[in-house]
Amino acid sequence: MSDNDPVAAFRIEAGELLESVERALLDLTEDAGNRALIDEVFRGLHTLKGSGSMFGFDALAGFTHHCETAFDRVRKGQAAASRGLIDVVLSALDYMQSLLDAGSDADAALVAAGDGILAALASAVSDAPAAAAPTPAVAKGWQVRFRLPPEAMVTGSNPLGLLDELRDLGDCTVTCRFEDVPALADLDPTECHAVWEVTLAGDISREDIEDVFVFVIDDMELEITSLAPEPSAGVAETAAAPTEAPRAAARQTAPAQESVRVQAERLDELMNRVGELVIAQSRLELIAAAGTIDAMTLRAVSEDIQRLSAELRDTSMALRMMPVSNLFGRFRRLIHDLAHETGKTIELVTEGEATEVDKTVIERLADPMIHVIRNSCDHGLEPADERAPAGKPAAGRIVLSARQAGGEVLIAIQDDGRGINRARVRAKAEAQGLIAPGATIGDGELLQMIFAPGFSTAAAITNLSGRGVGMDVVKRSIEALRGTIEIESIEGTGTTITLHLPLTLAIIECMLVRVGEGRYAIPLSAVEECLELPAAEVAGTSRRNFLDVRGDLVPYLRLRDSFASDHPADLYQKVVIVGQGRGRVGLVVDQIIGNTQTVIKSLSRFHGGVGAFSGATILGDGNVALILDVAALIGGAQKAQRARSERPAETAGEAA
Amino acid sequence: MTASILTVDDSPSLRMAVRIALTGAGYTVTEAGDGAEGLAKASAQRFDLIITDLNMPRMDGLTMIRELRTKPTMAGVPIVFLTTESEDGLKAQAKAAGATGWLVKPFNSDQLVKIARKVLGR
Repeated sequence: MSDNDPVAAFRIEAGELLESVERALLDLTEDAGNRALIDEVFRGLHTLKGSGSMFGFDALAGFTHHCETAFDRVRKGQAAASRGLIDVVLSALDYMQSLLDAGSDADAALVAAGDGILAALASAVSDAPAAAAPTPAVAKGWQVRFRLPPEAMVTGSNPLGLLDELRDLGDCTVTCRFEDVPALADLDPTECHAVWEVTLAGDISREDIEDVFVFVIDDMELEITSLAPEPSAGVAETAAAPTEAPRAAARQTAPAQESVRVQAERLDELMNRVGELVIAQSRLELIAAAGTIDAMTLRAVSEDIQRLSAELRDTSMALRMMPVSNLFGRFRRLIHDLAHETGKTIELVTEGEATEVDKTVIERLADPMIHVIRNSCDHGLEPADERAPAGKPAAGRIVLSARQAGGEVLIAIQDDGRGINRARVRAKAEAQGLIAPGATIGDGELLQMIFAPGFSTAAAITNLSGRGVGMDVVKRSIEALRGTIEIESIEGTGTTITLHLPLTLAIIECMLVRVGEGRYAIPLSAVEECLELPAAEVAGTSRRNFLDVRGDLVPYLRLRDSFASDHPADLYQKVVIVGQGRGRVGLVVDQIIGNTQTVIKSLSRFHGGVGAFSGATILGDGNVALILDVAALIGGAQKAQRARSERPAETAGEAA
Repeated sequence: MTASILTVDDSPSLRMAVRIALTGAGYTVTEAGDGAEGLAKASAQRFDLIITDLNMPRMDGLTMIRELRTKPTMAGVPIVFLTTESEDGLKAQAKAAGATGWLVKPFNSDQLVKIARKVLGR
């Protein structure tokens, strides 16, 4: 976030305010009349209006004012937070977002578009007529007599400051009267009892004088008498109308900068670690300066630094973590709208909202999850009249849950709908040529068909989903996050789609292997097991390039061949079996070095197109290891396998 | 010595605007995100002026002003609250709670600095 651009800050803040108001409104639909929620809505709208007007979002401020007024009536018990009102305000929130996007450029058409919403709100709105502006009066001089309320000094008013301000207006004679000051014994020194009489000369208006006392004028005694007869009100009109100061808020259309809101305590923690690191570093410096190396001391420092860097890694990673409640919160509105559109009653249950995920993951999860939820509501959940005969409650249920398991976060979208009809999926898959008619295919594999491009079993295309786009996009987006999708479905009972996501995108646990002279990192989450390559395979007597792993045939790739290594091969070749989704493939390497924490660096622009690698990392000794892109290798192996089965006579030693 | 000012507001952009205007005028500005934080900061350090919003989560401005005024060290420290045109009732309540003055939103930095000068005196 730019540190000195309140307008940019306001845009971010307003987005968050709209979200929190929306959340509170949706909560109100379930808990009508909850005071805290009503207050939250009101406060959100109020801040939006106040800050909006500060930063030049006049259209937004004006519009929000009406919503705020309506909710103020609710707050004061003059109106009910009815379903109707909540729906109107929800649509108003969408409109406010568009006003926010338009900023000070909101054109007449956009502003006019809000009139419909305002009309719906109108019954709750009553505008007080604007007070007539008082006409300023000017005189040649004034006699001012004032007495401040006794508590004025305690509450921060400063009589001397007021006198100074009067002096700034013109020539002043000040007399202080102590008649009302109590005797010392009865005097409370914090109270103000003095009366001041001031004679002011000059071309000063009564309003200028009243302005000095603006904060206390209602509670004080103030007599202002003219030294000369006051001119008639008509003359005052020649005074120029005050020109409004130009709004400083320069509109900026700079792209939204990515910013993260971090809890202060996490920053403090980070600072603590950095502080400790500095201390460890100075200890290291002492050891280096000592000349003779004491192994024990050195080891102690080394251990400290190791611990600190691990903690630093965790704390700095935590800075990017956000609870999934931020994500789940957005779907409540979606489900509210979907329930309206489909005419179904849908109940949303969320679990594990405190689970934290990398901010980037959260942002990139929203769209795929919307697709999945739409599908669940539209196709998964049956209409109420179908649910009753199946013995289900009339309200359909969507459960969003999140939990952490090892280095992964599992996010599940579960519905209690009709489940996936296997027969229809199969028919469709066969019709599209995805599987051969009558072919034997595992249940999991069959269900995964719904992620194939262009695949849709929806009998009718509805407004919500079923356009045949979506599920394949969902799969691609999740894979781009190095995640996988699992799908479980029981016909008649419901479907659960589970997204497996890495905890963070920046650091992964890898298995380090050596192929020839080069070292490569394989994401540990993809590694299933390690074997020794059987002698028959090493000798190359078998041409099939398949391994028998406890009865399963697993294709394997000789990375030596793929990477064209001419370094002599180790005697005992190892196979690392990696899997992602349904695919499994063995990678033949010379040596398995061990596990390592890998900080991912992306490849340069020139190397970005190399398919077999997803990035690079720097090893402890300063060398670079490339990180293998398991999904691409599996895809390559499967392609090679198909090619081989088509041309059995040839051998293909193709690079992935 | 430059006067130090505490700005209490749940709107980060508004706090930022206040901070920019007042630091530009030579004051030192500390920020707090709600009444509770404002109360804690004002108890830990003496400020020459406190500028606060009224509508805030956790602890609203009125409660904070009332709490602050119970502290002997806070006697005489000016407290200015930010308000909107539609809140006339609140104005009286805030003054009864012990506020010194107010500033109506929207305001520009000149107006803010003028109010700060006014209540801080010369």
